[in-house]
Amino acid sequence: MSKTLVEKIWDAHVVKSEVGFPDILYIDTHLIHEVTSPQAFDGLRKRGLPVFRPQQTVATADHNVPTLNQLQPIKEELSRYQVDMLTKNCAEFGIELYGLGHPFQGIVHVIGPELGITLPGKTMVCGDSHTSTHGAFGAIAFGIGTSQVEQVFATQCLLQQKPKTMKIEVNGALGQGVTAKDIILYIISKISAAGGTGYFIEYAGSTIEALSMEARMTICNMSIEMGARGGLIAPDQITFDYIKGREFAPAGEEWDKSLAYWKTLYSDADATFDSVLTFDAADISPMITYGTNPGMGMGIAEHIPSTASQVASEQASFQKALDYMGIEQDTELVGKAIDYVFIGSCTNSRMEDLREVAEFVKGRQKAENVTVWIVPGSKQIEQQAIAEGLDKIFEAAGFQLREPGCSACLGMNEDKIPAGKYCVSTSNRNFEGRQGPDSRTFLASPLTAAAAAITGRVTDVRTLLNEPAHA
Amino acid sequence: MKKFEKLTSAIVPLNIENIDTDQIIPARFLKATTREGFGENLFRDWRYNGDNTLKTDFVLNNPAFKGRILVAGKNFGCGSSREHAAWAIQDAGFDVVISSFFADIFKGNALNNGLLPIQVSDEFLAEIFSTVGKDNSAQLDVDLETQTVTNVVTGSKTDFEINPYKKSCLINGYDDIDFILNQKQLVEEFEQNR
Repeated sequence: MSKTLVEKIWDAHVVKSEVGFPDILYIDTHLIHEVTSPQAFDGLRKRGLPVFRPQQTVATADHNVPTLNQLQPIKEELSRYQVDMLTKNCAEFGIELYGLGHPFQGIVHVIGPELGITLPGKTMVCGDSHTSTHGAFGAIAFGIGTSQVEQVFATQCLLQQKPKTMKIEVNGALGQGVTAKDIILYIISKISAAGGTGYFIEYAGSTIEALSMEARMTICNMSIEMGARGGLIAPDQITFDYIKGREFAPAGEEWDKSLAYWKTLYSDADATFDSVLTFDAADISPMITYGTNPGMGMGIAEHIPSTASQVASEQASFQKALDYMGIEQDTELVGKAIDYVFIGSCTNSRMEDLREVAEFVKGRQKAENVTVWIVPGSKQIEQQAIAEGLDKIFEAAGFQLREPGCSACLGMNEDKIPAGKYCVSTSNRNFEGRQGPDSRTFLASPLTAAAAAITGRVTDVRTLLNEPAHA
Repeated sequence: MKKFEKLTSAIVPLNIENIDTDQIIPARFLKATTREGFGENLFRDWRYNGDNTLKTDFVLNNPAFKGRILVAGKNFGCGSSREHAAWAIQDAGFDVVISSFFADIFKGNALNNGLLPIQVSDEFLAEIFSTVGKDNSAQLDVDLETQTVTNVVTGSKTDFEINPYKKSCLINGYDDIDFILNQKQLVEEFEQNR
């Protein structure tokens, strides 16, 4: 019988399937961090249970960590306590921890792929909704709640209803200044912040196939922003080349065996999806969001839609979002003065993002009114950026290269955008207060964020790409 | 886990769409390492001004609205997977959340904690908002056994869907871990046969 990629991986991990019950799904790899794990460890203690398969569990500290002076004790008491608790829990339950000071530390969704832990055909979970990132390798990867973290600790399994499948095809060549982030913001703007709920999405088509692994991760990362728990891409030569030689990637005979299996991981030509959508890459421009959910996005040169153009029942929520953002319907965003630029998060903090920004800002200078933070996704990326001299380029431009962590993506650690301030951010959520109480977020690609840093305003990066930087 | 069977209660209406879990409980309040006490910061930035004074126009600060049923606009609980959102709603005294659409992860988290998410039609939801708009003490009757919600004022009644396994978990107060632990043998066999 022909199967989709999701079905192939799912079926290979079903321990038990019974009518009227969710499947018992075996989980190959469980990633954990300090915020959503403590109550799960506590649950194990109350039940008197060990972690069933500690060697299939990997921990890091990312959400609560400072991104300056990381090796000093964390100033905020509750954050410090939570990070210390992770260290204590990992020691007690025998889990490998890449905590602060470890050369592998970083954002959980950045280090998994970077270390060769994320592999095609795996089932992976983490108490974090952006776990969908790992789907870029052709894995079933999704975010779970803390009760489920406890479930995986205790049993290495989850009770899960098999998801519906959606195929999103993007075909054709991308225009100038258009990146993976623009592709996914475009798709979300078309199908809304709820349009993928209940589905796992397989991204396909010539545009997707031409993308690097890092770009594919950006796409899969934001699947949850349309409600889809998982998003994945069939592995190919680009995937295999990325994995080979990484720290924990299979090697020798194990590599050959794995590769042979990975090559079977694609949706059969006649497999049926519950939903299929097709987009043309030529229709995608550099994108920016104007509202307070990731579905409220538009091509950067477009006008903000009018409230009257929304469905009647949604007009009040739409207007509330514009009021929060302090912007007017039917106006353009280009030219709007901004205060902060944040380049980082599990969406856009990888080497390729940093290189792209460095290449663009070389010989340019940030606008005086703007604070620019570049937060690498991992210690390894930070070290690589320094080795390549990107730190010097950023410094010359007035951009601050910080230490790895989730940083200003979520307003939890020290890095917050002040009330009322505007931030062009490469992160994944523009919710009210997401980057700090009353902060205002415009989501965009690293290139568009860098352009805003240079001009101090929301800027169509294409206008700058066509003029030389003044070194 | 807390058991749930029936509830007749007044309503707290929150007629806003796409309420994400960052609104339900902002990230800066996720630093606790136990499950208790999150109710204090439920909808923190909608309930309080920057100087910690109450925003008197927000429904949760209006003493006229009390009840154990939270009713919200569509796509409730989108965004972050934080289970703290379900804990906060429950800790603030709610047993049921009604919306015309729920985000997946929130729905699962709620069910895993004995907080019942009920999806109703846009029309039924609109009628609840209209009823409570006229009478803030209006009540809903929720019956999990028969899978029905009744608007006590208008008499309108609707069925709702719930996975039969999850329904029995709620009624009996047991959880997924108990269920899988009882079949641990199968998990070990699966591992050996791979």
